[in-house]
Amino acid sequence: MDLTIDLSGLKLKNPTILAAGILGTSAASLKRVAQHGAGAVVTKSIGASPREGHPGPVLVKTERGFLNAMGLPNPSYHEFVRELETVKGDVPVIASIFGSNAKEFEEVALGLSKARPDAFELNLSCPHAKGYGATLGTDPLKVKEIIKSVKSVVDVPVWAKLPPVANIVELGLAAQEGGADAVVVINTIPAMGIDIESGCPILGNKVGGLSGAAIKPVALRCVYELCATLSIDVIGVGGISTWKDAVEFIMAGASAVEIGSAVHDDINVFRNVSKGITQFLEKRQCSLEDIRGVAQK
Amino acid sequence: MMPINARITKIVDETPSTKTFFLDLTLDSKSGQFVMAWIRGVDEIPMSLSYPNAITVQKVGDATSALFKLKKGDSIGVRGPIGNGFTLSGKSILLIAGGVGAAPLAPLAEAARDEKIRVKTLLGAKTGDELLFVKRFRGAGEIQTATDDGSKGHKGPVTGLLDELDLQDYDQIYSCGPEKMMGKVLEMAKDENMVPKTQFSLQRYIKCGMGICGTCCIDPSGLRVCVDGPVFSGDILVDSEFGRYARDASGRKMKL
Ligand SMILES: Cc1cc2nc3c(=O)[nH]c(=O)nc-3n(C[C@H](O)[C@H](O)[C@H](O)COP(=O)(O)OP(=O)(O)OC[C@H]3O[C@@H](n4cnc5c(N)ncnc54)[C@H](O)[C@@H]3O)c2cc1C
Ligand SMILES: Cc1cc2nc3c(=O)[nH]c(=O)nc-3n(C[C@H](O)[C@H](O)[C@H](O)COP(=O)(O)O)c2cc1C
Repeated sequence: MDLTIDLSGLKLKNPTILAAGILGTSAASLKRVAQHGAGAVVTKSIGASPREGHPGPVLVKTERGFLNAMGLPNPSYHEFVRELETVKGDVPVIASIFGSNAKEFEEVALGLSKARPDAFELNLSCPHAKGYGATLGTDPLKVKEIIKSVKSVVDVPVWAKLPPVANIVELGLAAQEGGADAVVVINTIPAMGIDIESGCPILGNKVGGLSGAAIKPVALRCVYELCATLSIDVIGVGGISTWKDAVEFIMAGASAVEIGSAVHDDINVFRNVSKGITQFLEKRQCSLEDIRGVAQK
Repeated sequence: MMPINARITKIVDETPSTKTFFLDLTLDSKSGQFVMAWIRGVDEIPMSLSYPNAITVQKVGDATSALFKLKKGDSIGVRGPIGNGFTLSGKSILLIAGGVGAAPLAPLAEAARDEKIRVKTLLGAKTGDELLFVKRFRGAGEIQTATDDGSKGHKGPVTGLLDELDLQDYDQIYSCGPEKMMGKVLEMAKDENMVPKTQFSLQRYIKCGMGICGTCCIDPSGLRVCVDGPVFSGDILVDSEFGRYARDASGRKMKL
């Protein structure tokens, strides 16, 4: 069974992609995930200057999902460009970048372009780093402006990663108008937890984002509505850990899926999801294309 | 895994720079495994289990200093046990510990003794009064010490003691301590064709402790120190970043 896809001009051997911020800080780690079956890998979000991130706890597993507030730790593009140069290999590598405004996004994209990533994913959606991510990504005008300026300085596909908001279609349209080649939904959902022994918020940053199984229905709705309206590729992310989850997203119209938190249980999740999709399609004697978007009909 | 509340039941001054914090929580653990210790309002940091119910901490910065201010009856949050831990094997083993690296090796020495394995420990520290868990290692077998200032035992790095030993006498070699020291141990094991019989416990910046964030991945394998380690066989560490560089909290490479 052939699972290869053309995603915004990139050729992927299967539709599973490593999500940003997961095992994406070093070339070695990204390569290891590729060896475990990912069709493409997205790096940790990289910015203009080094950040150590928030104090711990930065990630906890609750009964209902993962809470994280990493705080965008990253070595800056100055240092990461060397890492990116060495990731090159079997699968497309997408550089996730962030900035506080269009100029800074441009600067980071240009800085990393020297390492020739296969695409850029713009983090317009991190919920817990003041002045970055969702602070910009919830404003359709900023979304459009930032994508436009990055597009003007790079010659590879640009994906816009958007936050889970009620008016997701408005943001998606802004991204499309800005020239985005794909949209990626969703990032984590703003959330928190409290340690009842001490009354302290459980995350060092007090508030953070929810990921994992709990957010799948939220992500699916965003994908479904975007696919109904946009003409560019939509990539689904949020709570995917099995092939059934992935098939749901594809039936909603997603061109591909990204997987994050599920590496906790099994780094082989990419291979397992692809295998499951293959078996499902073989049993039905149909192709990926046949099931894509069937829920839209 | 959510942090579990753990009350401090006893604090023992081990050396001028280290204290052991006993907790009202006994973890079903293996030596070499660690916990993420949450000092509320400050940070969450990795700490080896020096007993199934205790951590032994050297004061080096913010979080460890905050921990040192806590008293009996205060509490911390604990996630764990985390990681693979050491694997005991053979009839005669050699432990090489430097500084607070003795923390995960002392329970290993005791577990080995309980299984009737012969244990020899080489223990090093900056000064004589910084030698950690001398009694525990002695209680588990033979011990030789080394200090940088020569105030106790051999003067110089603990690896100096290796010159007088025949590594071939040991079925397995375990080491934890400053990475320069462990790097030397690996070099010597290489010369003796003993690399597959070595186990090292690595210290890397650990943030999530769940194998998700990627902060602690090592080159070139991409293995995660928090869940694939922290103990690695020498085979995996030969020709790696081990002994040469590590990444800091932001992911920048730092020379060791
Ligand atoms: C698996 C493992 C087991 C460990 N076991 C012990 C132990 O039994 N006893 C002990 O005293 N120490 C142990 N450490 C080291 C201990 O985690 C650090 O000394 C501690 O995190 C320092 O925190 P700080 O805020 O006081 O220091 P900081 O001021 O933050 O930094 C001081 C130094 O500690 C290191 N460090 C800081 N935060 C972390 C972190 N989250 N992960 C790794 N290193 C960090 C940094 O490299 C820095 O150079 C262990 C580390 C690891 C990875
Ligand atoms: C620890 C952690 C770090 C993350 N870091 C980033 C990041 O740097 N950039 C980004 O765009 N998304 C980041 N995310 C969000 C994920 O890429 C993903 O959108 C989200 O976790 C939902 O997918 P999942 O349920 O499969 O984890 C992070 C998520 C987690 C759990």
